[in-house]
Amino acid sequence: MEPPSSSGSGNAGPPRRILRTAFRSARTLWGVLRANPLTLVGFVLVVIIGLAALTMVAAPHLLTQYNPRQLTGDYSASPSWQHPLGTDTGGYDIFAETLYALPLDLAIAFAIAGAAMLGGGALGLIAGYWDRPRSVGGAVSVVILRITDIFLAFPSLILALAIAVSLGRGAWQLIVAILVTWWPYYTRLVRGETLAVKHLPYVTAARAAGVTEPRIVLRHVLRNVLEPVVVYFTLDVGTVLVTLSTIGFVGLGLNYPQTAEWGSMISFYQTEGLITAYPWTVFGPGLAIFVTVLAFSLLGDGLRDVLDPRSRRVLAGAGVGGPSSTSPQATELSAEPVGVVPVVPVAEPAA
Amino acid sequence: MGRSLSDLAIFIAKRLLQLIPVLLGITIITFFFTHISVVNPCAAWYPHQPIGSPVTAHCEAQFHQPIQDQYYQYLTNLLHGNWGSSVSAVPVYPAIADGLPATLELVFASLFLMIVIGIPLGVIAAAAAGRWADHFVRIFYLTGWATPTYLGAVIAAIYVGPYLGLPSGGEYSALVPPFHQYTHMSILDAMIALNLPWTLDAIRHLILPAAVLAFINMGIATRMTRSSMLEVLPLDYVKGARMKGLSEFWVLYKHALRNALIATTTVLGLTAGGLLAGTVVIEEVFRWPGIGAYAYTAIGGGGAIPNFDGAIAVVAVFAVGVVVANLIADILYGLLDPRVDWR
Repeated sequence: MEPPSSSGSGNAGPPRRILRTAFRSARTLWGVLRANPLTLVGFVLVVIIGLAALTMVAAPHLLTQYNPRQLTGDYSASPSWQHPLGTDTGGYDIFAETLYALPLDLAIAFAIAGAAMLGGGALGLIAGYWDRPRSVGGAVSVVILRITDIFLAFPSLILALAIAVSLGRGAWQLIVAILVTWWPYYTRLVRGETLAVKHLPYVTAARAAGVTEPRIVLRHVLRNVLEPVVVYFTLDVGTVLVTLSTIGFVGLGLNYPQTAEWGSMISFYQTEGLITAYPWTVFGPGLAIFVTVLAFSLLGDGLRDVLDPRSRRVLAGAGVGGPSSTSPQATELSAEPVGVVPVVPVAEPAA
Repeated sequence: MGRSLSDLAIFIAKRLLQLIPVLLGITIITFFFTHISVVNPCAAWYPHQPIGSPVTAHCEAQFHQPIQDQYYQYLTNLLHGNWGSSVSAVPVYPAIADGLPATLELVFASLFLMIVIGIPLGVIAAAAAGRWADHFVRIFYLTGWATPTYLGAVIAAIYVGPYLGLPSGGEYSALVPPFHQYTHMSILDAMIALNLPWTLDAIRHLILPAAVLAFINMGIATRMTRSSMLEVLPLDYVKGARMKGLSEFWVLYKHALRNALIATTTVLGLTAGGLLAGTVVIEEVFRWPGIGAYAYTAIGGGGAIPNFDGAIAVVAVFAVGVVVANLIADILYGLLDPRVDWR
């Protein structure tokens, strides 16, 4: 069957259209994953971790025979078949505790990165789209950008720690503390992308066709901004996890013996002085953090490479093109992107 | 196009002026999160004072003032170097003034390692894009990326240090007697004392913490170098260099890297946030007497009583550090890239 033209898609009902879109996305994803074996490894790991988290929510006994708070009778046992990550001095199974912490850690990381993406991204969209000087929108966007600049000046971990100590311990406090420091990266990213997209001919065409401004933003600009944001989000989940666990390690996260969370577990066993005598108590949760973050980073870094026009051009073997006119900062989605100072405008490179 | 010395002065002055609102904003945010978001500040700040004691009463009186008066007072105190004191009445300002140079020493040492190791790795990855060397480099920097700072530090201190015979704590070993430290940078002080064994001892103590800090932040330098090298390599002038018959090493490191480094310089300035944040845990684990370890205790790490005055001050100092690093990166970018107009 011929693919319907853009105007006459009436014969394909919504379900079929969704199916076709899904199929096309899957094919694109497969193309991206195939480009670099490491990206594929990251993707597989992320899928496994996601499935494990779902299993731990739905049917935890499939993965581990112990409860996190179950006295196994084996004290300070080194890793074995029965206790893959050993037990601690209280006789608790480290593997079970680590697995039980997985859904919680992932949920908090996704909550923070997701909320930062939605909130920070919305601000960036506003600041990027309505930035005409001497208009209400322009004034609003200047205010947004100034506030973003100030928040970007703080090393996020440090500010998050200071807020966490002000708010006290708990899951919600933890989310708020990190979120406060996390949104500006998305604001800056989305604003940059919006600025690049909004002057493209198709946006002008949509406006000429009489499409209303909010509709242009939501349907035409947002859709093209989405791709880099989602890629950044993939990488960001890992970064949030590291920050989250560092706050736990400092002792400001969740209260470990009550709630299992990787950073807090490490903090607990480290302050108990168990790390030298029974290193597996710390390596269990540490390995969990490492593998999870590595999985998201492998996937995100690979996706980012495909998205980066410079690498794409070279990797595609079409490295004959003229000099790129993009400034490095405009396209680079550095994972620790902290720029207070506005990006220096770069002229067209001399040919 | 303005690139004379007077234009450069204007360029730097403009950047400095842009700092003022950012610095004011930093104080407002630290003030907000430490004075307003705390539910019962006086009880939190002076946990060991009985309710109604002179200290708590003074604190209560302060918090009954209008908010703008409180902020004004906070700001004047800050500018006068009166940064408060810890619960045990140790003033904050001298502690930070002594700790800052030690932290800077650590940060510069890891920056050095990031440049010496991270940039060549980026060049190798770009030259071998899509092949095994590229994958290997990517695994290397993503491993650093995925390692939580504390885990890397603890593993290095307990396992790697003894294995390599490197000391894993403090600035000097016990054989170095206490001596007057002019700069509070361990290596520099030992050099000022004109003592070679002390200097070598100080360098040996710096290696592990600096290496861990560099390893964790390596990805940013390597990734940026790789990606800007990929941008430069297809250009005609690189091909020209190859056609002249120059060796591949010379083409990569002399001709291509020179242009690719412009972007990397900027990004290195932007790593200041990550490096400074990393010092909090690394200094604590390696018992490095900098403001990172100070921040760790001030925030209540390891079960200490939080020292709010200290925490506020350290957060502000770190933020200023990031702003200054960005300023330097921005100015360097302007200096290195001949296309930037200074006016």
